[in-house]
This record gives sequence, structure tokens and C-alpha cells, in this order.
Amino acid sequence: MSFYDVTLVLANGFIISLIIFVITLLIGIPLGLPIALCSMSKFAPLRYLSKTVVWIVRGVPLMLQIFIIYYVPGLLFGNPIFANIDRYIIDNFTISNSGGLSDMILKSMGGLCAVLIAFSINYACYFSEIYRGGIESISKGQYEAGQVLGMTKSQVFRKVILLQVIKRIVPPMSNEIITLIKDTALANCITIPEIIMQAKNLAASKQIIWPLFYSGVFYLLFVGLLTILLGRLEKKLDYFRS
Amino acid sequence: MPVFEAKDIYKKFDKTEVLKGVSFSIEEGEVLSIIGSSGSGKTTLLRCVNFLETPDLGQFYLRGNLLFDASDKKGISEKEIRQKRLHFGMVFQSFNLFPQYTAFDNICLAPMLLAKSRPDYKKNKAIIKDEIEHNAESLLKKVGLSDKMDNYPCQLSGGQQQRVAIARALALKPEILCFDEPTSALDPEITVEVLAVMKELAAEKMTMLVVTHEMGFAREVSDKVIFMDDGVIAESGTAEEIFGNPQTKRLREFLSVMK
Repeated sequence: MSFYDVTLVLANGFIISLIIFVITLLIGIPLGLPIALCSMSKFAPLRYLSKTVVWIVRGVPLMLQIFIIYYVPGLLFGNPIFANIDRYIIDNFTISNSGGLSDMILKSMGGLCAVLIAFSINYACYFSEIYRGGIESISKGQYEAGQVLGMTKSQVFRKVILLQVIKRIVPPMSNEIITLIKDTALANCITIPEIIMQAKNLAASKQIIWPLFYSGVFYLLFVGLLTILLGRLEKKLDYFRS
Repeated sequence: MPVFEAKDIYKKFDKTEVLKGVSFSIEEGEVLSIIGSSGSGKTTLLRCVNFLETPDLGQFYLRGNLLFDASDKKGISEKEIRQKRLHFGMVFQSFNLFPQYTAFDNICLAPMLLAKSRPDYKKNKAIIKDEIEHNAESLLKKVGLSDKMDNYPCQLSGGQQQRVAIARALALKPEILCFDEPTSALDPEITVEVLAVMKELAAEKMTMLVVTHEMGFAREVSDKVIFMDDGVIAESGTAEEIFGNPQTKRLREFLSVMK
């Protein structure tokens, strides 16, 4: 197999990695906020519930969480949601075995959903802790200054606190975001055809190992791009100090 | 009639009684300084006046009308507190400027947000905005920082930040301006520029309630001085009486240490 062909196969796999990456961020970034707010709630039961969830999600390997989300609905509740999704797709779509991107996605739709749920919850919990740390690090004086100026609590949060929190959480969030793209490789544990899965398939079917190492270049380039973009964002917030 | 009156204010934190029945009043245009050692309750008293703390007991009166009564079982809503707060301005020891806004925007932010709830806001948007910005400009001029309008707090010295904070508090046209040790976080040489602004305000007959460690300032500018000790007012009187002829042993001790 030529270098070009391998690149094409891996690129298709990396697009699936990117899909997991983007959707996890789209769900995880907003979902982290209510979890953070619950963790800071004055209502103790809610706070304990939230902290327990975060403890479990951060305490169990993400790979295991993918297995749990994927298999438990069927095993425990007799409702294999993700297998049903696959069946629905097979019944309603014509899928060719050409290895095209859309066919690959359709074929693994059930598993992909499970992975996205597991990733989104997992990352939302990590993000929530970053948010909580950021929010709690803002001095009480900022809230009080807003309050004595007659602002409502929500105005104080939106107009005074939020941007300061964002400034503080950009560096730790950048870390998590960079970790996320590499974590997408875990999806291959339920045979999602992301880039590592594709490379392993090539190793098995064509007896070539170098695509596996080559796949690292894709991550590397993407992380380089992320580093530049997130660095720019950090720089953009450099105009004030808090 | 006094513009503001506090009656029998009590405040406890957990088991520590910080205020044990404090009463005082302040007349229109007066400067009232509150002095006393750390932990005597003076800052807590000021924070109660600004509704940053809720007294356990006692009442506040504004121009003879009941403003707050701790025994009011109904409690008081967020919205009411917000409205009542607007009678007072507050200048903090640590300035608490909003770091992401310029000096100018720090001053305009709250008035703009308040203006949005005015019924005529939509109709007169441009005029209202103009008014607020014009007012901010003249306030910055008043505190001598016209040239720092577009600077962020991190680009200003402590004294400049505190002067912006004073302008920000004045922007809402409070009836009583409160200061919580406004110069304690500043170098002595910078203290002067903040005190100068405060003196100017006093000369303009701004009603001011000042918690301070600056005995010189208190003596020179205050109409009345309260000496707090262990949660009560140990002594009060005119600046001349307090500094010239202290009656209690505690005050004499305090003044001799502060010299």
C-alpha cells in the first residue's frame, strides 16, 4: 500500500477522531457549567450528589466508562439502545463496504453515540472542576463591588465575573482540550473506526506496522494547531490583569 | 433631622458578637469618621450600612423614614436591598475595580445597567448614554484622572485606582458615601492624593461615613468622630473633643498608639 493510500485511510479515521473531539467539546463545555454550579450549591444534597458524580467520573478510567455506557443499558435493563441504533441504520440506509467516510460513520453510529455520551459526561466533569476553581478564585470584593453599585446577581456574574473566570480557565482548559484529542483514541475499544483503529486494521490486514506510528503525526499536527489557537486566545485576554 | 440614623445595631458572626448595640446618626453634609483598633467592629458596621451584612437587630432610618428593621420577620427581598443600597456609595480598602474595564467603563458600567431598567430607556437611549458618559468624564476630571480614562486598572497606581473607585461610587449619585479604610492599602506618599479627593468632597458638603486609620485626616476633616471599642461606641463627639480632650482611658491609649 502506497504512502498516499495509507494517508487517505488514516485521514478518514482522523476525521472521525475530530468528530468525537468537536461534539464532546460542544456538549462538554456548556454541560460543565451546571455541574460546577451544583458543586457550589448551598443546598447540601445537590452539592453532594454533584461531587459524587464528579468523583466517580474522574475516578474511573474513561475506557471503562465507554464500556459501561455501551453495554449496561442492554445488560441491566434489557434495552440495548446502541445495538438498536445500529439495527435501525442497517434497516433504513444502504451502506456499502467501500470504506468511505459516511459509510464508516453510519456503520458505527451506535457505538459512536455511546462514545459521545461517555466523553461528554467525562469531560463535562473535568471542565466543571476547572470552572469551579475559576469561579471560586475570583475575590469576594468583585462581587461586593458589583452589589453595592446596585447590580443584580446575574449582572455581576455576566458583566464582572465571567470574563475574569474565562481568563483564568483558558490555560487549564487548553490542557484538557489537548488531552481530549488524544483520548479519542480510546473509542477504538468498541471498534469505532477512528485513526488508531484504522492503523491497527492496516497492520492486521496488510501486515504493515508503520501506519500506526504515522498516525501520531496527525495528532501532533493538530495539537500544534490547537496550541497556536489557544495561545492566541490567551494572549487576547492579556490586556487586563486580575 | 439626620439624613441617616442607625439604632441599636447588633451583629454576630457564629458566636462572636461584633456589634453590640451601636447607634449613631449623621447630618446632611457631615463627615463622620469611625476610628478604633482592628476588630472593634467598625468595618462590620459600615458593611451593615451597605447591606453587605445583615444586622441581627436594630434599625436604619433615612431622613426619618424606616429603611431597614432587622426584626421585620418578612425579610427583605434582593430587589429591595438593591434599591436601598443605592442611597449609599461604597469605597473599599482594596479598591475592587473591575479589571477588564477601563477606568471610564468602570464608572459607566453600573449606571448603564441601571438605566436599562428605566421605562424611558428605549426611547431616550442615546441621550441617557450621553448623560452617563458625560458624567463619567466630569467625575474623572474631578478626581484628577482625565488623562487615564482609557487605562485599565492594572495600568494605574493604587492611589489612581482608589480615585477611580471613588468616581465610580459617585457616578450613582449616592446620598451618603462610605469609605472602608480607603488608604490602608496604599503607600503613605500615595495616601495624600486620595485624601485630597476626599477633602474636596467634604468641602463640597458630600455626606461621608469614613472608617479610617488616618488620624490626621479624621481630625482635620470630620465634623463628628466615633471611637469604637469591642463592638460598642466607646466615645463620640466632634473631632476637637475626641482628639483634643479624650474622656475614656481606652481612647487615650488608642490615640497615643496611633500617633
